[in-house]
Amino acid sequence: MSGSSRRLLGLAGLGAALLLSGCWERPPVESVQRGFRGTGMVHVANPRLEAAKVAANEAPESSPRVAVEPGTPLARDVYKNVKVLGDLDVGNFTRLMAAMTQWVSPEQGCNYCHKEGNFEDESLYTKHVARRMLQMTQTVNSKWQTHVGATGVTCYTCHRGMPVPQRIWFKDAEGLEGGVFAGWRYGQNAPARTAGLSSLPKEPFSAYLLGNGEIRVGSSKALPSEHVASIQHTEWTYALMMHFADSLGVNCTFCHNAHNFATWDGSPPTRATAWHGIRMVRALNNEYLEPLGPTYPKAALGPAGDAPKAYCATCHKGLNKPLYGAAMARDYPELLAPIPVVQRAPAQTVVPVGTITKVFFVVGRSDLAGEAIETVDSTAKSLAANPAVKVAISGYADKTGNADKNLELAKNRAFAVRDALKKGGVGEERITMRKPEFVIGGAEADARRVEIIVVE
Amino acid sequence: MAAEYQNFFTRVQVRGPVHMGPALAPGTWTRQGKPFFVYWYGKFGDAQIGPFYLGFLGLASIVCGIIAIEIIGLNMWASVGWDPVQFVRQLPWLALEPPPPEYGLSLPPLNKGGWWLVAGFFLTASILLWWVRTYRRARALGMGTHVAWAFAAAIWLYLVLGFIRPLLMGSWSEAVPFGIFPHLDWTAAFSIRYGNLFYNPFHALSIAFLYGSALLFAMHGGTILAVSRFGGERELEQITDRGTASERAALFWRWTMGFNATMESIHRWAWWFAVLCPLAGGIGILLTGTAVDNWYLWAVKHGVAPAYPAVFPSFPIPGVSQ
Repeated sequence: MSGSSRRLLGLAGLGAALLLSGCWERPPVESVQRGFRGTGMVHVANPRLEAAKVAANEAPESSPRVAVEPGTPLARDVYKNVKVLGDLDVGNFTRLMAAMTQWVSPEQGCNYCHKEGNFEDESLYTKHVARRMLQMTQTVNSKWQTHVGATGVTCYTCHRGMPVPQRIWFKDAEGLEGGVFAGWRYGQNAPARTAGLSSLPKEPFSAYLLGNGEIRVGSSKALPSEHVASIQHTEWTYALMMHFADSLGVNCTFCHNAHNFATWDGSPPTRATAWHGIRMVRALNNEYLEPLGPTYPKAALGPAGDAPKAYCATCHKGLNKPLYGAAMARDYPELLAPIPVVQRAPAQTVVPVGTITKVFFVVGRSDLAGEAIETVDSTAKSLAANPAVKVAISGYADKTGNADKNLELAKNRAFAVRDALKKGGVGEERITMRKPEFVIGGAEADARRVEIIVVE
Repeated sequence: MAAEYQNFFTRVQVRGPVHMGPALAPGTWTRQGKPFFVYWYGKFGDAQIGPFYLGFLGLASIVCGIIAIEIIGLNMWASVGWDPVQFVRQLPWLALEPPPPEYGLSLPPLNKGGWWLVAGFFLTASILLWWVRTYRRARALGMGTHVAWAFAAAIWLYLVLGFIRPLLMGSWSEAVPFGIFPHLDWTAAFSIRYGNLFYNPFHALSIAFLYGSALLFAMHGGTILAVSRFGGERELEQITDRGTASERAALFWRWTMGFNATMESIHRWAWWFAVLCPLAGGIGILLTGTAVDNWYLWAVKHGVAPAYPAVFPSFPIPGVSQ
């Protein structure tokens, strides 16, 4: 065997060994010093892999915002069953719906959440989930700026054009118990994808991102004290931290000092951001994601029958700032808005806010007659059945004749309806008189009316 | 002229009649087996295999060892649902885990750490029996008991990790799992829990002896191999033919660094470095959690750890549990 062929064989053997080991990353590897020299506070990155990450994490372009004219109807005036974004003008409501389709279900389209041809239909579970997710997005952007800053999140931060975000977690069906006689694993000692393929616990999320498990294991005192944390407990924390590192594409020293993970001294400020992130994910899983369990069909649930939940990777996807910090949410202020009142009285399902009942009048007259009496009667009955509902009354007149007289006429019509309602048993405190912006309408019969509007 | 047959690259292998060893004292077991030669063993050591002295201690140690390994292995196999393929694929990850912390030092159910206690008992019995065996065999040959005591140093570290420290901490859960990767994860978690073991001075000492052992081993091995062309590896010739191999080996170091070990002292050095590595390590582990809860803070308190200048901007520390 010649020298060169032996060398070739040696190289081939080395290559095969590296391939078999499966954990080898081709250079170059760049390390950037972040902390004090010589302390190992460095960020390690591979520029070759960075390019692929940039391509995979591009934020989509936002469509221009729709200009709002005075008198533009609200979404709730145009569509029925608009429960979260009802107060948004209809133009930007439609814009957001179109954007959401692109963000979440570009292939399935509107019909992923809406029944074809019937937007108000409530039969698809996806519509109910989407509603909750809108509220969750508003909560994240308004209540958790300690973690998301002014950048905020949109549906796209997690979904990336997929109805179900790629990285979500379910409870471990195996649990912490073992077989009957032997083979107990304690939730660990198997290749754990969530913990960098180590043998650490494979599902530390139920304990820390759903439950309130104590993540801190290091003592804040030099000598033994009341502080107790077993090594097994430490392994659970360790597994969670591996998930952090993997999700953010960073190493431990992105948040921790290199000498002692427990002490805050010398830690980068990113650690505080991460601390709030843990509390945020915990709150989102408990208040939004886990309670959606009964809403989902069985196929969407995990092996333990629980709803899909979020962890760091759900948004971050390998970057310490999702989408490299693109501030998409700024283009959709309705996603940043403070949360509208979610809790509503049960009666509202019968008489939703914004429902308008019209009572029509004869030309020049302000007394109720014929069909109008029936309309007011049935409204009074409906209000009696829903004692929490409050209404506003606005009178209108057509444009024929003297304008002053018409204004007077509109007012008297409104009073007539109010009196009839009171007679029908509706308390005065439930009725507000509201002068509309444009009292005088067209010549049509439609203009000679009084509107009873459900306001609460 | 170098004796070619005693070199690793030899083309000839010289064999004399089988050597049965000195006679044993009456009343003991006899050596078993008819000795035979294996050519390839001769490449790495002595080509003669056997006779083998089993003895009661050897037999008991092997039986206990097999029981321990069976318990560990069968538990690992059960943990993958008795799938032989997965057992092989996942073997480095599999483990027999000690009981969870809630059981303290009480007896846990068999399948929740109980098997770990049983396996630990038999493995410890096997190791201790083997230790007595190394001691007794050395005495039977009229040797010193250096090997037994070096082995005892390793047993000390093993017992601290799996028995003495868990006893002092009041919980079996503090002990190390039986598994390839799991015991490494345990080690990393141990350091994280106790505020970075690098600040534990006994850990530092242990590492110094470990690296020192490697250095001494390299120096000694290198020196002897370098003089094997003069028969340096053959004790008898060294004693009788002064001025050849041994003398040159000593001269090499005297010329290189002005000081040389003797044929006796180099082995004493090596022995102590090797023995002090687990002895110091065991002390370091024993103090962790029992006397010191955070080695970094301990090192700061005693002026061991340096204070680094602040690099990052200060920020409000969230939470109150800090």
